[in-house]
Amino acid sequence: MQIYLPIAEVSVNLFVLLGLGTIVGMLSGMFGVGGGFLITPLLFFLGIPPAVAVATGANQIVASSISAVLAHLKRKTVDLRMGVVLLIGGLFGSGFGVYVFNILRELGQVDLLVRLCYVLFLGIIGALMFVESLRALRSSKRGAPPKRRQHGWVHGLPFKVRFRTSGLYISAIPPLAVGFSVGILAAIMGVGGGFIMVPAMIYLLGMPTKVVIGTSLFQIIFVTAFTTLLHATTSMTVDIVLALALIVGGVIGAQFGTVIGMRMKAEQLRILLAVLVLAVCGKIALELLLRPAEIYSLSAGGF
Amino acid sequence: MRGLAVLLLMLCAPALAQEGAPPQEEVVLGLSQNEVSISTDFDGSDILIFGAIKRETPIPDGPPIQVLITVSGPSVPITVRRKERRFGIWVNTDAVDVDSAPSFYAVATSASWSQTISDIEDLRHRVSIPRAIRSVGAPMTVQDSQSFTAAIIRIRKENGLYQRAEDTVDVSQQTLFNTAIRMPANLTEGAYRTRILLTRGGKVISQREAVIEVRKVGLERWLFNLSREQPLAYGLLSIAIAIAAGWGASAAFRMIRS
Repeated sequence: MQIYLPIAEVSVNLFVLLGLGTIVGMLSGMFGVGGGFLITPLLFFLGIPPAVAVATGANQIVASSISAVLAHLKRKTVDLRMGVVLLIGGLFGSGFGVYVFNILRELGQVDLLVRLCYVLFLGIIGALMFVESLRALRSSKRGAPPKRRQHGWVHGLPFKVRFRTSGLYISAIPPLAVGFSVGILAAIMGVGGGFIMVPAMIYLLGMPTKVVIGTSLFQIIFVTAFTTLLHATTSMTVDIVLALALIVGGVIGAQFGTVIGMRMKAEQLRILLAVLVLAVCGKIALELLLRPAEIYSLSAGGF
Repeated sequence: MRGLAVLLLMLCAPALAQEGAPPQEEVVLGLSQNEVSISTDFDGSDILIFGAIKRETPIPDGPPIQVLITVSGPSVPITVRRKERRFGIWVNTDAVDVDSAPSFYAVATSASWSQTISDIEDLRHRVSIPRAIRSVGAPMTVQDSQSFTAAIIRIRKENGLYQRAEDTVDVSQQTLFNTAIRMPANLTEGAYRTRILLTRGGKVISQREAVIEVRKVGLERWLFNLSREQPLAYGLLSIAIAIAAGWGASAAFRMIRS
């Protein structure tokens, strides 16, 4: 069944969209990631204009994270003070990102920027995750405990704030910077940025693992909602119909994904996720490197 | 006063000469629909265009009458960009602004192109696809601006937005004609100008125009207008829907499980 998307102005098969949402939802349930990094490139492949895919991707993440955040709030595994500091950085980052996004859209380079960001970040994160989980698999066989890294310089900065839930007394600058860079990513790539923020919170800020997921989701919801609003008001590229189809598929998929995720080992899951991230990265990189079938592109009106 | 009258006469003269005696053959036009509605399940539409040739006199001798039908969507300026390899990756580099190109253009003829219309008449009436696109000039840095116009035609032909269908108008008894034009799903809104041209020996002898309105309806219309007129409300609505759907779904699944 074809469905006409009012903002993207293309007609897409509804079941393809629902299926896409379900698969991504399933993966996000399995791995505990937002799935934005998968949904946005997959929308490119479907022929949705990149500007619409990015803006709508941000909207979809609001839906896929909300129920998880509520669960974390109930379990009190959200460091609200840290979340707010990250959020302040995130809102500024998101504003800056949308500003850059709109400038490049006028120059006709937004496509390139989005794709380059994807290749760069998915490549780095995928490779790191792959190596890390291989090492974890090996060390779990040997039985050696994983080593926790410490970054001393973070503790030397001024403007110290006490984060009680995380048990930290550190400067507000690093969390603000982390929030800011994740906000930029949310605006440019249409992702929540959890895949960047979670490692940064653990390794850079030294937060305890149990509050990391909840706090990052808390920040992601507000930043992606803000990003959606900015895209809707400046570039007018949020497609509600597209978002709704993805959300419906996504929430159903997430429920199945959680069940599957609980039956698999953590290391196996992480290797699978790493392979998946690298595969998406490779596909986008190939498109940039190989000669495209059509070297001309048209842009009328907004896109 | 007299001078003014003469001037007026002179101004009118060419027009009068062009019209000449009332044409012996005229088009009477019909459309299967003069409105195309883009609803949520819009999947393209076929428009049947039919008509007759009205005559006061017997069918003239000479080459048979031919019919050309064009449908053109609203014209908008577009930017055509070309990718080039820079630092190993493909990047948009040169850009050419085309002043106006129809978002949709279909031309159907009753015989092969050369039999239907001469090049001069094509130029005058802007019938063929390249003639329908107007490009004033490319920046000095771009040498081959024609290849950019050619790219518009190539890309839009692939999307079904530009069509040249020769020999698809049925003409019976030199009087009745009909054809079907396929309008694809990726249409934009606006007034679609439909033209019927009658030609004999490559010369246009009569023409008539009608307008097909293409518009989004219902939900599509409402959402599109909201996003353009009240972007803030639209943005808040999309966030509200996302929150409600995400929270509602997890609540529903919890109920099913317990």
